[in-house]
Order: sequence, then structure tokens, then C-alpha cells
Amino acid sequence: MTAYLLKRLTIAIATLVLASMVVFAVLEILPGDPARLMLGMNASADQVDLLRNQMGLNAPLPWRYLHWAGGLLSLDFGRSYTYSVPVIDLVRERLAVSLPLALIALALSTIIAIPVGLFSASRRGRAGDTVAMGAAQLGVAVPNFWFALMLIYVFAVWLRLVPAGGFPGWGAGPWPALKSLLLPAVALALPQAAILARVTRSALIEVLNEDYIRTARAKGLPYRAVLWRHALRNAMIPVLTILGLQFAFLLAGTIIIENVFYLPGLGRLVFQAITQRDLIVVESVVMLLVAAVIAVNLLVDLSYAVVDPRLRSRQ
Amino acid sequence: MSLLDIENLSLTIGDTPILRGMELSVAPGEVMGLVGESGSGKSMTALTVMQLLPHAARATGRVSFDGIDILAATEDQMCALRGDDIGMVFQEPMTALNPVKTIGEQVAEGIRWHTRASRAAAEERARKMLDRVGLPSAKFPLSRYPHELSGGQRQRVVIAIACALKPKLLIADEPTTALDVVLQAQILDLLRDLVAESRMGLLLISHDLAVVTEMADRITILRHGEVMEAGDTARTLSQQLHPYTRQLAQASMHVPARARPHGAGSGQPLLQVEGVTRDYPGRRSSLFKRAPDIRAVNDVSLSMAPGQSVALVGRSGCGKSTLARMILALDRPSSGTIRFRGETVTGKNEAELKPARRDMQVVFQDPYGSFDPRQKVEKLVAEPLHVLDKKPTRAERREMVAHALHEVGLDQRDMDKYPHEFSGGQRQRLSIARAIITRPKLVVADEPVSALDVSIRAQILDLFAELNQKLGIAYLFITHDLTVARAITDEVLVMHDGKIVERGKTNEVLDHPQSEAAKVLVTAAPDLHRAIARRMQEQG
Amino acid sequence: MTLHIDIPEETFASILAKAFRNTAFVAGFVITLLVLAMAIISYVWTPYDVTKLVISDKTQAPSMAHWFGTDHFGRDILSMVMVGARNSIAVALVAVGIGMGAGVPLGAFAAARGGLVDEALMRLNDLVFAFPALLSAIMITAIFGPGAVNAIIAIGIFNIPVFARVARAGALAIWPREFILAARAAGKSSTQISIEHVLPNIATLLLVQGTIQFALGILAEAGLSYLGLGAQPPMPSWGRMLFDAQTRMVVASWMAIFPGMAIVVTVLGLNLLGDGIADILDPKSRRQR
Repeated sequence: MTAYLLKRLTIAIATLVLASMVVFAVLEILPGDPARLMLGMNASADQVDLLRNQMGLNAPLPWRYLHWAGGLLSLDFGRSYTYSVPVIDLVRERLAVSLPLALIALALSTIIAIPVGLFSASRRGRAGDTVAMGAAQLGVAVPNFWFALMLIYVFAVWLRLVPAGGFPGWGAGPWPALKSLLLPAVALALPQAAILARVTRSALIEVLNEDYIRTARAKGLPYRAVLWRHALRNAMIPVLTILGLQFAFLLAGTIIIENVFYLPGLGRLVFQAITQRDLIVVESVVMLLVAAVIAVNLLVDLSYAVVDPRLRSRQ
Repeated sequence: MSLLDIENLSLTIGDTPILRGMELSVAPGEVMGLVGESGSGKSMTALTVMQLLPHAARATGRVSFDGIDILAATEDQMCALRGDDIGMVFQEPMTALNPVKTIGEQVAEGIRWHTRASRAAAEERARKMLDRVGLPSAKFPLSRYPHELSGGQRQRVVIAIACALKPKLLIADEPTTALDVVLQAQILDLLRDLVAESRMGLLLISHDLAVVTEMADRITILRHGEVMEAGDTARTLSQQLHPYTRQLAQASMHVPARARPHGAGSGQPLLQVEGVTRDYPGRRSSLFKRAPDIRAVNDVSLSMAPGQSVALVGRSGCGKSTLARMILALDRPSSGTIRFRGETVTGKNEAELKPARRDMQVVFQDPYGSFDPRQKVEKLVAEPLHVLDKKPTRAERREMVAHALHEVGLDQRDMDKYPHEFSGGQRQRLSIARAIITRPKLVVADEPVSALDVSIRAQILDLFAELNQKLGIAYLFITHDLTVARAITDEVLVMHDGKIVERGKTNEVLDHPQSEAAKVLVTAAPDLHRAIARRMQEQG
Repeated sequence: MTLHIDIPEETFASILAKAFRNTAFVAGFVITLLVLAMAIISYVWTPYDVTKLVISDKTQAPSMAHWFGTDHFGRDILSMVMVGARNSIAVALVAVGIGMGAGVPLGAFAAARGGLVDEALMRLNDLVFAFPALLSAIMITAIFGPGAVNAIIAIGIFNIPVFARVARAGALAIWPREFILAARAAGKSSTQISIEHVLPNIATLLLVQGTIQFALGILAEAGLSYLGLGAQPPMPSWGRMLFDAQTRMVVASWMAIFPGMAIVVTVLGLNLLGDGIADILDPKSRRQR
């Protein structure tokens, strides 16, 4: 168990370090001088150079990387060129929108998908299965931002149940905030739920063909009990894998969805920062998202070990 | 009154008829052997009794168990029967247990379900049951997972599950086919004892006539879904009244006709293996520690003369396949040298190996897995021609393939077919055609007949013998089956734990084994002659 | 995790016959063919010229003259959907080509070599997977400038590890087979074996993944052009049309409905096609029928 955990942890950390180098390197080779951007086109070369020195941009490359990476570790992300505030404050503010959004979406997707997958697998080939999987097939094909537009049209424009966009902030109490996150979460979650339901169904069907399912039935357990006690846990591994991958999708999905709903979240922040060449913000947010993806993948690896004793005892 | 009565049972799956007018009965405490070649419908008979058939299956006729009409029973009634009154043991122990549940859970589960016992009580019974099947709780606590057990141990767990509630009928479908002979003997002993202890009826399904003869009171012989002959085991097999029974029995004991074996010692040996050892690195247990290396082959030396036929026998995992791979230069020894026709092959690269490869070919066990399904026979059989210095033209190549096919008894028109158009026996012929197309001096055959039905097996053994005589090819047969060794080889090497522990003339070693490992193998090997003789003796 | 591959043992003709009895395959095939036909026809004919602005015809509801209505510049939406199809298809198809072209050899190589090469390649894969694909695509297109070519590159790069993974997993399932051992005993090199035996046997796996990535590519392209990072005006693209529709949805819902439907139908068609192929070629699914 410890060997497996250590290996996964080592890989996760190594991936994170490599990823940080990639991010740093990519932004380093980008055209555009941040000092020049901050000071504007009219500044003199001397002024620019002075600011470059102040910002540490003239130091040698490895030193700058270490300085930057060290900053990340101590949560000192630097100052935004365009907003002129510490990046950490920006991130903290935006995270208050994006994190609840992603979590609600993930929860929604899981809550919908797993029961549907179970339902479909246990009624394979029958009408219920066909309808559910037809809906899933359609769900996979729908782009989330178009689905978002349709949701806005129906629930915000027609029915006027929820706001069409914007975010009132958590200051006004949780309810208005949650209400404005509801449609975006649904728009993010449903296409993911469709994928997850399909994976759950096929994983279950695969497992139901295994020899040990026959052994369990030969014990006299009814089909339902076999499904719950023997099939589900074995089918969890592919489901967990997809769940982990979906987290990355959800994070990326927030970029578009936050744009559709005008939500002041991380995705919108990073998108604006990219177009405005606010590199410090881009670096920091990208690193944050990458770290989140790596952490979730590590979590998935750990949950494999919980589900599958073969991984636990590999010594 | 019979415990299980099958009358006029017919079964179809989709449009395919599986069973026709099947009749069979098992009395309490009786062992009924159901014998047949692959596709005869014997497993489907078992699944019909359990009502675990595929969805498309339709059964007609009458199956009654303990007065219950099985074909008319509801799923709830069947659930009550399965695992309580009828237990079943399957062929494949490696996959028959749920990998994420402990063996304790899996044995106790059926007990709890049927008796509504408390967890503690059920676990107590499970512990006793595991103890009974030879897995004492000191060494095999209930918290073990299946992957921590070997194949034989897992089969014991499956038997514990099936017998936990002392069923009236136990169905064992090829329970030992996936195990080596020694484990097979142990598992059969266990089944025999369990049946005797609680007067269970046992329906033993097997393709192996010798196994069934050793175990069964009565025997039913099935072919293409129809019962050929049924009756008392000893009488049926000694009289062999039905032609199919005779055919099966003769095929099981078949020894190919061979002229005098080639004399060893004349001139240079063909193959010399000197002090060969193969270590596999142990699994990493933590970042800095590794388990000790596993020594699969330990200081093995042997030598073969041209044209000689040698058997390398041993239990599964003894290192015989690893040794064969090193001889074929598909794996590298950790130390030692292998010489082929006097030239060292160890440590050479693929280009330097070409001349050796030309004279050294291989036949594998699985007639289905050993051909790329995407290529035609012509290309597959011609594959070894790759090592020739002068590449044959297309016409020459077709000529050579046609000749090789002819030699193994296939039609030359077969070369434009795909492998799936052939039966298992025909594929093994293809496999041999591929092996002899370069006119090799040595063919290494890894369990070449163990996946085949007995009648096909006899034909393939004949083919091997014929080619040995005609082409002077030397064979190294890797096998755990002593009847194969006896049938076709001059010399035998017995391997155990990576070492060769005994060697000598085949008949001498098999009749008078000296080493412990050889003795165990010989005693455990099922032998139809011996089994019939014992049955006759018992009945006087 | 090991992958189990059942190799179907059938001739081409019997597979074809089965294909046309498979509903998912037929539906997917027909839809994909229609979308392709639409894209190709748009090169020679569209109901209206998509580059000509007719302000007098702006935001007209669907009618006999304009089946899908017109946009805020009076352009015919049906014509724009047709032209947009070729953009979407081109981007997604080339991106799949990039992914397969680089990913499959990498994956096959890793599986053939094993050991350190394999480990290094898989870690590299982990690295790429750590970056949410769309985020990186946005970065790439934002840095190198928006446009169809950069969208192709951005999407294509992220197809590489996907195909590498699939090819590797498939190849790892093929390598232990006895027919590979037989080929090795016949003196074939690992490259020869990879080409002659491994690739043909994982081709269907790659084909299925190809349709999936094709569909995902269409979705990704739509996302990028919705954000203004894909094909640039006046070239119509489905994502861009949806962006234009967003603020006008109350008065011109058709502007959002039809391009969206085009995406859904195309992706649905491709997914059905992929499901169909997988279904036809997987002997396990046949056994269950």
C-alpha cells in the first residue's frame, strides 16, 4: 500500500514541477514586455528598464523560475499588471464563484449519472435502457455553452425563474448566489452526466459478464443483490477514472460557461488575462488549475487502492 | 429415487440446437460422470440445472431436482435452491472469485443469505468450511483476498462456497482442467471426500475420460448434444460397446507408431544448454527496497542429439516454459550458455541469430491464439521464410507453403483462407506447417496438444511422430501431461523449482521414477488403463 | 489496468453485412454522410452568398425564402450553417489526423519497447493530461493569434496523448499473444511486428477512438470560435454564430437554435457511428445479443 501511494505521490509531484516549468517557459517565450505593457507606449527605455529591474525581469532565467516557483509555494503569486492588486486576492475572490460552481456541477453529474447507469445496465436491452441511453447519446452531443443558451432562453427569458447571468456575490446571503449558479451548474453537469452514465452502464455490463458474477449467482443471490454487492464495486474503477478526467473538463468548461453567464469566476479571469496579456495572472491561474487536476488525479489513484485490494497489497 | 432426473431435455440457444433428448440422473451419494468433447453440450447441461442459461436459451423436456420441476421453477425458487441444495464449481479458478471481496466474505455470503445467520455465526461456519477444504485459518485467514492465493487454493475456496451449506447435489464443471496434474489429483481427492462425508450427489463434468473413470460410479457419454452411451463406469469402459465410447477410449490411450528412435551420441549434439540460470527481478516493495530476485531457471544443463525427441515435464510454474523461451532465443539467460549446432546463441542480436532461427522453430499450445486473425494462411505459414538469406519469389513462396500444408495433411487451397475458417485441430496442423516450412532441425513444442480434444490430440501426435521419422526433426516437448511424454518421446527431463531433477529414457523414468518430484507427477497423472483396472478390481 | 481485446474473426463481407443491420451504425453513417455532403456542396452552391450583407433582410424568422431565417446582417443562416460545416469538419478531421499520426506510433513504440521508454512516455502523457485541454487550447490560440489553423494545432496537440494511450493499451494487450511470439521466433524485429501484426489488430480500436475525437474536436472548435478564437469573420463558423446569437436570443431565437442543432446532429452522428463500429466489431457485444 505505502509503495503504491509513494509512487503515485512522487509522480504527482514530479508532474506538478514539470508542469510549472512548462508554464513558465511558455510564458517566457511569449512576445510582449510586461514592463512596457504596464507603463504604456510613451514610457522611455530607462523607465522600462528600471521597472524591469524592480520586477526582477532582468535576473537570469533559472533564478527567475525559482523565485516564481518559490512565490507560488508561499502563495505569493505577484501583482496583476492590469488590476494592480495582488493576484492572490483576485484568485481568492474568483474562486468563491468557480469552486462552488465546479463542485455543484460535479455533484449533479454524479448524482444523475450513476443511478441512470445502474438502471440501464440492469434493464439492458429493454425500453427503459433504450430511452435512457438515447438521452445520454444526445446529451454527449450537446455543446455545453449552447445548452446554456437554451437554458437561459427557457428558464430566464421565458419563465423568469432565475437570472440570465451575473453574480450577486455571497454577501447578499447564500440563496441569491446559489440561484445564479444553478443554471451554469446544470449546463456544465448534464453533458458530463451523459458521458458518466454511459461509462457506468458499460462498466457494469462488462463486469456482469465476469465469471465471479456467475459464482455469486450460483450461491443463490438474486440478480439485484449480485448487481449491488458484486458488480457495482468492481465497476467503480472505470467510473472513477472518468470522474477524475471530468474534473479537468469541468474546470475548462467553466471558462466558457462563465463567459456565457457573465460570472466573475476564475475561468473568466484567465480568459480576460490571456487576451490582455496579464501574464502573472495567467501563470498563476493556470498553475492553480493544473495543481487542482493533478490533486484530483492523485485522489482518484488513492481511491483505486480503496476499491481494489490488488493495488493495496502490491508489495 | 433419483436426486436429479433429466428426461428428454432439448436445448436451443437462438437457432442453434445444443442438446437433443438428453437423459441423465444422479442418485444421492452417487458420482455421475458426464463426458464429452468440446461443443458436446456438457456445460450447458449444468447451466440448465442451475437455470443460469444465457437469455436466448430455450429448454424443453423435464428436469426434476428433489421433486421440484426446475424448468417450471420461478427465479425466486431457483435462488432458494442455488447455493443451498445445489452447489456448483466452475472451471476457471483464477476468475471465479470476486477480486475485491475477501474469501471470508465470499464464503459467508451464501451462508448468511440462505440461513439468515448473523455475520459472526456465518463467518464461523465459513472458517470451518475453509478449514475443511484445506485452507486452515492460521495460514489462510478469512481476510485474505483471492489474488493472494494460487490457482489451486482459489479452486478450494470455490469448492468451499459451493459446499458451505452441504448441498444435496454438487455440480463440478471441469473443476481441474485449468490446474496441473498434481493439483488436479488433490482437488479430485477433496471432492471425493466431501461427497462421501455428506452423501452429496456429484455431477462431474470433464473431457478427460481418465479423470471421470477414477471418480465416477456411473458415466454418461455425450456427443453433439446427444447421449451416446450411459451406464456403470467400469462396465461401460471395459466393454466399450458403443463405437464412440471405443473411439474415445482408444484416443485417450493412443500411442503413435514410431520406428526405432534415433540413436543419441552420433556426432555433435544438436543443442547444448550449459549452466543456464534465469532470474527475474523481484517486485519493488517500496521506493528503496526490492523483493529478492525470483530464480525461474536454476543452473540447468541438457543436451539433445539430432532427430531425438525429448520431453521436458514438470508442474506449472516449474520454469519449463522459461527454459524453452531461452532455447528459442526469445528470452536471455542471466548466466550460462546455450549452443545450437555447436554455435553459441546466447548474447547474439537478431541479425546474428538468423541462421539459428532457420533451424529452430516453435509450436504453441493455443491453436486459436497462435495465429494473427487478420492474415491469410499463406502469409502466416510463410512467416518463418523471413529468415532465409535469399527471399523466395511469390511463386516460390506459394509452392513452399503448399508443400508444407500437404505435409501436415491440409489442402494447398487452404492457403487463401483465414485462420478462423479452421477447427482447433486443423489450426494446430497449420501451426506445425509453419514450424516445418524452413526444414528446421529442432522444433520446440510448448504443450502442443493440451488444448485439443482427445480424438484430435491422437491425430496430432501421429503427425508429430510421422514428421520426426520422415524429416528427422528433433523435438523438445514441454508438457505437464505424462501420457503425451510417453506417447512421443525417447527421453524425459523432469523439472522442479527451476532445476532438472531427473532425466532418462522415457519409459524408465515414468515407470520407475526416482526423484520425489517425478514420483509425485507420476502418481498424480490420470491414467485410463490404471483407472479401469482399479474399477474392475473394486467390483470384483 | 490491462485491456482485453477480442479479435473478431470474420471476413470483410460478413462484417459489412452485419454493419448494415446495426441501427446505430446505419444512423451514424447516414448522418455523417449528410453532414459531409452538406459541407462539400457548400463549396459549389449555397442558397445565398454568405459574405453578402443584406441589411434590409436582417433577423428574419424562418420562411420559405430563408428556411433557417437570417441573422442580424441579413445573411441566410442555412447557407452559413452549410459553410460552417466545412470549417468544423476540416478542423476536427485534421486535428484527429495530427493526433493519430503522432500518437499511434508513440503508443505502439512505448508498448513494443517497454521499460524506461514506456515509463517516460507515459509520464509525458500525464503531463499533457494535467493541463485542461480547452484551457491550453485557449492559451495557444490566444498567444499565436486566433484562426482556424491555430485551432487545428491546439486541438490536434491534445489528441496526441489520447491516441498514444489507446494505441499503447491496445498494443500491450496484443504483445503477449502467441502469434507475436511466433513472429519473434521467425526472426521479425519489433518494428516489423508492430506494423504487420499489432497495428492491424488495434485498427478498430483506433477507428472508434478516431470517431470519438472527431466529435470532441467539433465540440472544441465550436467552443473556441464561440470565444472568438477560431475561424475569423467573415468566414462563418458554428461557434461564432452562437456567440452572435446570444445577445439577440429574445428577438431572434432561430439564430441560436439552428447552428446549435447543426453541432448536435454532427456530433450525434459521429458518436453513433463510433458506437456502431465498436458494436459490430466487438464479439462480446455479439454474444449478448
